[in-house]
Formats: sequence, structure tokens, C-alpha cells
Amino acid sequence: MNTTTEKNSALFEYLLRLGDTSLILGHRLAEWCGHAPILEEDIALTNISLDHIGQARLLLDYAGKIEGKGRSEDALAYHRDARQFRNLLMAEQPNGDFGNTMVRQFLISVYNFHLYSALSKSADAELAAIAAKSVKEVAYHVRHSSDWLIRLGDGTTESHERVQQSINDLWIYVDDFFNGDEVDVLLMSQNIVPDLNAIRPLWNETVQLTMVKAGLQIPQVNSAMRTGSRKGNHTEYLGYILAEMQFLPRAYPDAEWL
Amino acid sequence: MIATDTERELEFQAKIDRGEVIEPKDWMPERYRKQLIRMMSQHAHSEVVGMLPEGNWITRAPSLARKAILLAKVQDEGGHGLYIYSAAETLGIDRGEMIDQLHTGKAKYSSIFNYPTLNWADIGAIGWLVDGAAIVNQTALAKCSYGPYSRAMIRICKEENFHHKQGYQMLAYMMRGTKEQQEMAQDAMNRFWWPALMMFGPSDTDSPNSAELMRWKVKLHSNDDLRQRFIDRTVPQAEAIGLKIPDPKMKFNETTRHYEHGEIDWQEFKNVVSGNGPCNRERLRARVKADTDGKWVRDAAEAYAKKHMN
Repeated sequence: MNTTTEKNSALFEYLLRLGDTSLILGHRLAEWCGHAPILEEDIALTNISLDHIGQARLLLDYAGKIEGKGRSEDALAYHRDARQFRNLLMAEQPNGDFGNTMVRQFLISVYNFHLYSALSKSADAELAAIAAKSVKEVAYHVRHSSDWLIRLGDGTTESHERVQQSINDLWIYVDDFFNGDEVDVLLMSQNIVPDLNAIRPLWNETVQLTMVKAGLQIPQVNSAMRTGSRKGNHTEYLGYILAEMQFLPRAYPDAEWL
Repeated sequence: MIATDTERELEFQAKIDRGEVIEPKDWMPERYRKQLIRMMSQHAHSEVVGMLPEGNWITRAPSLARKAILLAKVQDEGGHGLYIYSAAETLGIDRGEMIDQLHTGKAKYSSIFNYPTLNWADIGAIGWLVDGAAIVNQTALAKCSYGPYSRAMIRICKEENFHHKQGYQMLAYMMRGTKEQQEMAQDAMNRFWWPALMMFGPSDTDSPNSAELMRWKVKLHSNDDLRQRFIDRTVPQAEAIGLKIPDPKMKFNETTRHYEHGEIDWQEFKNVVSGNGPCNRERLRARVKADTDGKWVRDAAEAYAKKHMN
């Protein structure tokens, strides 16, 4: 393999990681449509979902071009199976209650914020442009979800207990965020992506700040953290998401939908 | 000198007849206020309940572009709901009270949303037919006598035009697609055509509120006139993309230059309005469940706001 091929194959893989996380999280948020606690949140959640779908489209479209096999954003979204998906495990976790959805959003959005901020300086101009556009949306996601974390953490006894429980439940998927591999190493060497080990302290600091304001505790995890998204080792939830999401293009393979 | 209610009502009517707009702080007859609250809250509820049948397909949209369009559309509908609730609040009722009336069945919402979305083409049919019918209604309401409602309609119609266009475009594309896609589109047409016609309400001879609302210029055209306008506009659009109107009696009258349609099944309309449509129970239960499940969140937000008032 020559170096350009190696680089492109790593970049393709990396773009799937970003794009799939956006796609799957956007899917989960869309499940809320019409069922949120107040109308303002129905609007906010569909809005954030739309941001994620928009990011997924840019990233998957670019992934297809880098791969060079003629796969479009839709071919990648609708015609891969779960083992080929590279989204973070956190993104595919069920919505649970509203607080749980906000915790999941907060943890991922803070990660996206620091990651995209760094990626906006990528040596790859296209990726830098996508990241620079996305980071503006992500800043709003961080603000929206951290506002809710603070309200729920410092609201009633019930809300505090519920949201703390969600943090405890979801925390085992945090290591997966930072579990970089040879793809990161190769792309880091060309200044295309940042070192995830440098993102982690930034993430910790932002998360810690909000947790303190919310009166919430970062859990001590004794059990092993769950990782594996970068090798397509998912939780059982992803298969059901894909069964729903991919149904039409799979059932009618000859059809085009615009 | 203190004006009597009769004098005030005469002045109010004179104002309306002169084509002036009524604003929230102006005096208005209690009946006018009540009728507007009824209409506007029903309209806002329709926007919100309407998120359910469309939301039903977001996770199954067959392309990412379509998924994004549908998300944007449903988000707009939620925004319309919020906007109309706020406009209705200028009449002295708060959103919570209106929502309670929806949940207890005292307030209605458009009967169209009690029909299920069974295949993907239904999303196109809702945009094209349902929003198309809504545009005809709302364009008329944009000239109504109550200022906040009229202004809300002007703004909302702009977005509805985009919804209408994307729905039609989607069906047009499917009609050029595979045999299965054409069948889906026709199936959606067959199920949504008659309910869309019913959206304009009963024939004027059977519409209890019409005369009063027209005198107050809350309504400017009769239900039948608006329905006719919708039909005249929509039938050629259907023909242009090869969709059949599921009405064997539909024909163009060369003399009147209007389409004539078959009898509308008003018994079905009454059934759906009185709560016995295919999805009435599901829609209302979903709304009530969202409200009940979300109570702890609203309580927490309120408790937090109280603690941090200063």
C-alpha cells in the first residue's frame, strides 16, 4: 500500500466514526418528535436532530469521495450492516427519560465541541471546513444540554436522583470516546486529526464545571468501561436502529427516493 | 358617559365593517373572544398533534436528504404551534389551560391527523394535500379581523408553501419511479383525498358558526368556497403527475370553469370529529403521555427558576 492509499483509507475510517455518530444520535433524537415534556423541547430536539443529520450528510458524502468507490452518503447510511458502523457506543444508547437524553447529549456534545474545534484546524481542508461549520452548531448543543443538566441536577429531589442515575448508567461508555487506534496515529502524523489524549483533559474540565454547577457527581466506575465502536463492536441496540432506518431502501432496492 | 354593551358592539361592528383590525387591548364582544380562542387553540393543537403522524416516518425516511427535509418541516409545525398559542394568549387564556382542554377532549384539533401514515408516500400526501388545504384556509385567515391571528397566518403561510412544494415534489418523483413507488403514491392519494376535502368543514348549510364568524370577518369565505378553490387548484396538479382522483364523479364543468365532485361522506367526518376516527385514541394518548411523563422535568425547571430568581 502506498502512503496516499493508506492515508485515504484511514481518513475514510475516521470520517465514518464522525459521520455515523452524528447519524445515529440524530436518529435517536428524532424518536422524541411529538413526545417531549414541553413544546419548546419538541422544537429543540428536532432542531438538534436536524443538525446531526446535516453533519452526517457532509461527513458521509466526503467519506464516499475519499473512499473512491462511488458510494454516496445514502449508500453508506443505508447499505452497511451494524458491524460496519463506527458510531460511538454512547450515541446508540436508548433515549430513556428526558434527563437521560440530555446527559447523553451533553457528554457527546462536549466531546464533539473539543474535537471539532481541533479538527477545524486540520491539514485536510475539507474536513477543516466541515468541522468549522459543525462546531457552531455543537456549541449550541452544549449550551442547551448543560442548561438542562443544571436545571435537573439543581431542580427537585426527583430530578436530581433521575439525572444522577443516568450519569451513572451512561458513564461506562465514556472511555470509548477516547479509545484511539492506528487510524488516529497515522492521521495525527499528518496533522489531519488531533490526539484524543489531548482532547480528554479538555472534555474532563468542561464536564466537571457543569457537574459542579448542577450539584452532580462524576461516578467512580469500578467495572470495566465498554469500548469497541472503532472496530464495529456495538451494543445490541444498533441493529434495531438500522432495521428501522434502512427498511425502505432495503425493501425496494431498485427505487430512488430523491 | 359610559357606553352600554350594545353601543360598544355597534361600534365594534362598525370598526370591522370599515376593515379595521382588532388588537388585543381593544374592546371586543365576549363571543368574539371565545370564538377566536376556540379557533386559534384548535389551530395550535392541530400543529402539535400533526407532529405525530409525520414524526412517525422521520426514523424511516428513505434518504438522508428526505430525512432532513422532514425534520425541518416537523420542526416548523412545532414552531407554528408555539406561535399560535402565543397569539391566542393575547385573548386572556394561557397555554396550559388550552393544553388541558385538548387533553380532556374539550378542545378539538384538525380531524385529518386522526388518519394513520401507513406508507412513506403518506408524507408526500400530507405535504401536498393536507398542507395544501391548510394554505387555502390560512391565506383566507391572513385577512381576518383579529390582528395577532392575521399576522401569525401571514408568517405561517410562507413556511407552509415550502411544505406543500416538498410534498408534491416527493410524489412527483415517486410517480416517475418503480411500479411499487407509483402504487404507494396512489394509495396515499386514495386515503388522503377525501379527508383533505373534509378539512374545510361541513357544508355551509350545516356549519353552526359560519354566519356570526363572517359578520365579524373572522371568516371571509364559506367552507364550500374554500373547498372548491382547493379542488380547482389540486386536480390539475394530480393529473400532471399521473395520480388519479379517487372520485368517479369528479369532472370539469366547462360552463362554471370549476371541478364538480362526488358526495363527501359526512358521516365519516362526524365519526372522526366525535373521537371515533382511526387514530383519535392513539393521538390523544400520545399527547397526554408526553405531558405526564414530562411533568417531573417541568417541575424541576420551575423549582430551579424559583431557587435562582435573584
